[in-house]
This record gives sequence, structure tokens and C-alpha cells, in this order.
Amino acid sequence: MEKNVAQIALFAALIAALGLVPPITLPFGIPVTAQSMGVMLTGAILGARRGFLSVMLFLLLVAIGLPLLSGGRGGLAAFTAPTSGFLIAFPVAAYVTGLFVEHIALRPIALRAALGAVLGGIVVMYAFGIIGMSIGLGKSIPECLLLVTAFLPGDLLKAGVTGMLVSAIAKARPQSVAWSLNV
Amino acid sequence: MISLTSPVKTRAHNWPAGLKLLGLAATTTLLFLIPGIRFQAAALVSVLALYTIPGRHFLHHGLRQLRVIWPFVALLLVWHAIAGNWPEGIRTALRMTSAVAIANLVTMTTSLGDMTDLLHRLFRPLRRTGLPFGIIEIAIPLVIRFTPVLIGKGRLLLDAWRARSPRRANWHIVLPMALLALDDADHLAEALRARGGLNPRDED
Repeated sequence: MEKNVAQIALFAALIAALGLVPPITLPFGIPVTAQSMGVMLTGAILGARRGFLSVMLFLLLVAIGLPLLSGGRGGLAAFTAPTSGFLIAFPVAAYVTGLFVEHIALRPIALRAALGAVLGGIVVMYAFGIIGMSIGLGKSIPECLLLVTAFLPGDLLKAGVTGMLVSAIAKARPQSVAWSLNV
Repeated sequence: MISLTSPVKTRAHNWPAGLKLLGLAATTTLLFLIPGIRFQAAALVSVLALYTIPGRHFLHHGLRQLRVIWPFVALLLVWHAIAGNWPEGIRTALRMTSAVAIANLVTMTTSLGDMTDLLHRLFRPLRRTGLPFGIIEIAIPLVIRFTPVLIGKGRLLLDAWRARSPRRANWHIVLPMALLALDDADHLAEALRARGGLNPRDED
């Protein structure tokens, strides 16, 4: 109980911290904030249920007015902006990522976590995000899809990096990544 | 930790948070239901007028929060100018700006304490369903406490990287940060247990 609450709280704090630490450079020099990577990591490490709660908690703190989104943004305005779909997708993305890594017995761990991150952090995130943009900007779904494809290479890299990170974390703290122990 | 609530006290700071949120929901719905360009323009002018009432400091601070939508406004205007139906672009840009501005106004005039009180009231019936809303509520102050701690540790890691490498610090620092979060969670859990543990159901 205490451990669950502590991990849910600390990963919400980690997602926030990753948005505020200066932007990170991915391989090939693509600058991104690590915040959405934090969401993928949370789902992959805490699993579906706790990952969902942790990201939900993060969003709740953003909604009540803490500037925790990357670049120090936050508040209710983030939920009425055209990008709000991506934000609403955050907990679902973590849930789907967690569900994938917990149930698909795939080796190596890095591949399993990376595929989970693609499913949650890209497929789910883009689906919600595109619907949100289509409503906010008054554009059709294919038009919005076109607008976000520019971010796809960066997000694919993030998913790959998430896979490597999860595999390293599973080696360093095997008891914290419970699903990595059962094949 | 600094919240986005404005330090400039306004009359709206004293209004009930629930009422302000309902007002926000109603206004945003109206913005989407009434598409007329005149209504949209009037709505944006009214919202911006509200920003000017508490004075220049409040206005300046508020407008700075809106800067995230300027790229979208530019995108819409250029897109529709090329497509040849610019009134449509202006209408959508007006609606989008109003929706973000009014939401930001609620955030700026509602204190963190009022918001957490509101959450507590909203969660009360939900806690009885057995879903983990109690956990989320207990965790709120923990996140507020530990976010600056993790940011501080992240900065130290970046400094340590810069002192040793000519290359830019990159995603490598995410790994030690995640491990720190896991270890802090272990220590925090032990500390909570040592102080009697948590029971989210026996509040109220």
C-alpha cells in the first residue's frame, strides 16, 4: 500500500521533472522534451494500473494550476488548447503501455517495452491528439494526421530509447520491474 | 512550488471554485455551439476585457500564459489564407484563443488550496465506489513535495555530465533520474510505514 502510493507519487514527480529539466537531445540531434517519454516509462515500469494512476495524478496537478507541463505550462488552459487531446491521452497511453508489457511475453525486455511504448505512446497518443486537434482547429482527421507526422520520427526514437531505459532499469532494480521476471 | 495562480488578488479569487469551473464548462460549450464570427469576436473581446480589470501586472502575466497558442493561430490563418476561406480561419482562431484565455483566467483566480478542497469534495462520493481515489488524493502533497527534489537531482546530474563531457547531456540522464525516483519511492514508503502507514478509506 505505502509502496504503491510512493511509487505512483514519485513517477508523477518524475514526469514533471522530465518536462522541466532542459530539453534532451535524441540521437541525430533531434531536440525533444522528455515528458512524453516519462509517460511511456511510467506505464512500462509501474504497469497498467499503477501507471494509469500515476499519470492521472500528474494531470490532476496540472489541472489544479501547477506549471508541470514541459516549458512550465499548466493550468486549465492546457485542457482547452488544441493540443489537449495529447494530454488527455497521457493516462491511457501509460495504461496501454503497461498492459502490453505485462501480457505480451516477448524477449528481449527492451523490445517488449519499446513496442509497448509505440502502442501506448504513439498509437494511442496520436489517436486522441488528432481527434482533439480536429475539434479545436476545425480540420479534418487526415489533415491533422498530416500536421503531426513531423513528430513521428522523434516519437519513434523516444519509444526506442524507452525500451533501452526499461531494460537497463530492469537490470539495476529487478524487483521494481515485476513483469520482467516472468517470461 | 509556484502555482499559476496570480499573486494579484481579484474579486474572482473569493468565488467558489466549483462555480468557476461550471462557468468555464458552460462558456466553452457555448463557444462551440454558436459559430457566428461576430459572437466569437465579442467573446474574445469580453474575455480580454476581464484580463484588463485587475491591472497591468495581471494582464501581462495572463497574456504570457497564452503564448502557446500563437503558433496555432498563425497556422490557421496561413492555412485558410492559402485555401481561400479566411473567415473560417479567423473564426476558429478566435474560438480557440477565447477557450484557452477563459480557462487560464479560472486558473489565475483560483488558489491551489481552493482547487484541492474542490477535488476532495468531488472525490468524496467516488471514494465509496472502492476505486483508488483516496490514493490519488493522498499522493497530491507527495508529488508537490518531491517534484522540486527530483528537478534538483536532475540539475545535479546535468552539471556532473557537463563537467566530464564536451558533448551535450542527452537522454542518458533519464536513466539515473528514473532509478532515483524508484529509490526515493522505497525510502518514502518505509518512512510512511514507520509513521503509522496510510489508509485512504478512513478519511472524512
